[in-house]
Amino acid sequence: MSQDVKVDRVIDARGSFCPGPLMELIKAIREAKVGEVVSVYSSDSGSKRDIPLWVEKAGHELIGVFDRNGYAEFIVRKKR
Amino acid sequence: MKKVLILGGGVGGTIVANVLARKVSPSEVNITLVDATGKHVYQPGFIYVAFGDEKPENLIRDERRLLDRRVDLIIDEATLIKPDDRKVRLKSGRILGYDYLVVATGARLCPEELPGFEAAHHFYDLDASVRLRRALDSFPGGRVVIGIGGIPYKCPPAPAESACQLDYYFTKRGSRHKIEIHYLSPLPRVFPLESVAPLVQEIMEKKDIQYTQLFNVERIEPEKRLVHSLEGESLKYDLLIIVPPHRGAKVIEDSGLGNRGGWIPTDKHTLRAKGYDDIHVVGDATDIPISKAGATAHYEAKVVAENIAADIKGSDTIRRYDGKVRCFCDAGFKKGITMVFDYENPPKPTKLSRKWYYAKMLVGKLYWSAVLKGWA
Repeated sequence: MSQDVKVDRVIDARGSFCPGPLMELIKAIREAKVGEVVSVYSSDSGSKRDIPLWVEKAGHELIGVFDRNGYAEFIVRKKR
Repeated sequence: MKKVLILGGGVGGTIVANVLARKVSPSEVNITLVDATGKHVYQPGFIYVAFGDEKPENLIRDERRLLDRRVDLIIDEATLIKPDDRKVRLKSGRILGYDYLVVATGARLCPEELPGFEAAHHFYDLDASVRLRRALDSFPGGRVVIGIGGIPYKCPPAPAESACQLDYYFTKRGSRHKIEIHYLSPLPRVFPLESVAPLVQEIMEKKDIQYTQLFNVERIEPEKRLVHSLEGESLKYDLLIIVPPHRGAKVIEDSGLGNRGGWIPTDKHTLRAKGYDDIHVVGDATDIPISKAGATAHYEAKVVAENIAADIKGSDTIRRYDGKVRCFCDAGFKKGITMVFDYENPPKPTKLSRKWYYAKMLVGKLYWSAVLKGWA
């Protein structure tokens, strides 16, 4: 599914507990232009709760969450 | 004779220089450290200038006195790195060559990137910490709001720690009942480290510290005393403390070596700049997704020094950085918590204890001797 979307930037936040993958995503989204797609790799189990919560509250689009080999990939589009 | 050039005399650059000077004979290596001011500042002390009893002058020492005598110190500012020529240009016009470059240029505060920042206080440099202390001393009462104006920023737990320090400060003054403390967390919890967040939330609730989660500060409206989040919320303040936006050093951006934030893309295990085997990166200057903090630079610096020493001696052995960080947070009233973690292992839940407060104080005492020399 992720192959259908052109990812503009990949953030490898595996192994990040402080500040953590969500902070890396927030940083990347702040730096991105509206419409750009950011992919974040996370090995932190809390990301599956944290990242969708923030993406919804901040008004962006969670294109998908994909289980990879030992980590999860979150694909997010900046909407505003 | 190999030439090692270190840019930046903070915790990372100083430890690399001192460890390398001990590990490699002066007949084999020339070590030069370039620092813009020649003054070394203990940044974890800023919070105690703002909220405690620390005197600013106690946090500053001459870098020369902290460096091994075999290290040459040049007080000047690096303005351009030319990796293809293995040369660095300084502000004075001087050009320095290198065989190994260590970039330890830290983070740069960029308050101008946050609209309305002029209305806010912070404790991320010494002068601002002194100004914040004066503002607190004359604050008659009302709502003090603490937020984060950009990511990444140095020491992710520091804003939550400062909320606890505010509670301690106003309690000691006998005016806590006139103060509302409101902490704005960028995350859906009150503390960056998930396993520690429940304890910090409990501490905040006991101290009657209010909090809003998922509030990333986007702009300040000074005339209305409002702070706005990029998630669309707003909050009124009477006194505002905001962590300023950070970027990598200007020399990194001017040399085209940084990413969008001015941080150098760095291999998280070898700590070498991606694409440049002769450029090593330490501390805040990297783009590695871990804490920008002295506690990180401290461990990274030893790895970098050992790898350069091994390379000079012709060894193929490369030590890999495992992401280890150990830090302490002061929750006020002489109690604290500790956290230890690496790339593979999240921190274990911790307990609030006097022991960790005193451990933090001890690190501050040992910093100038054991830590900067690379002994601790």
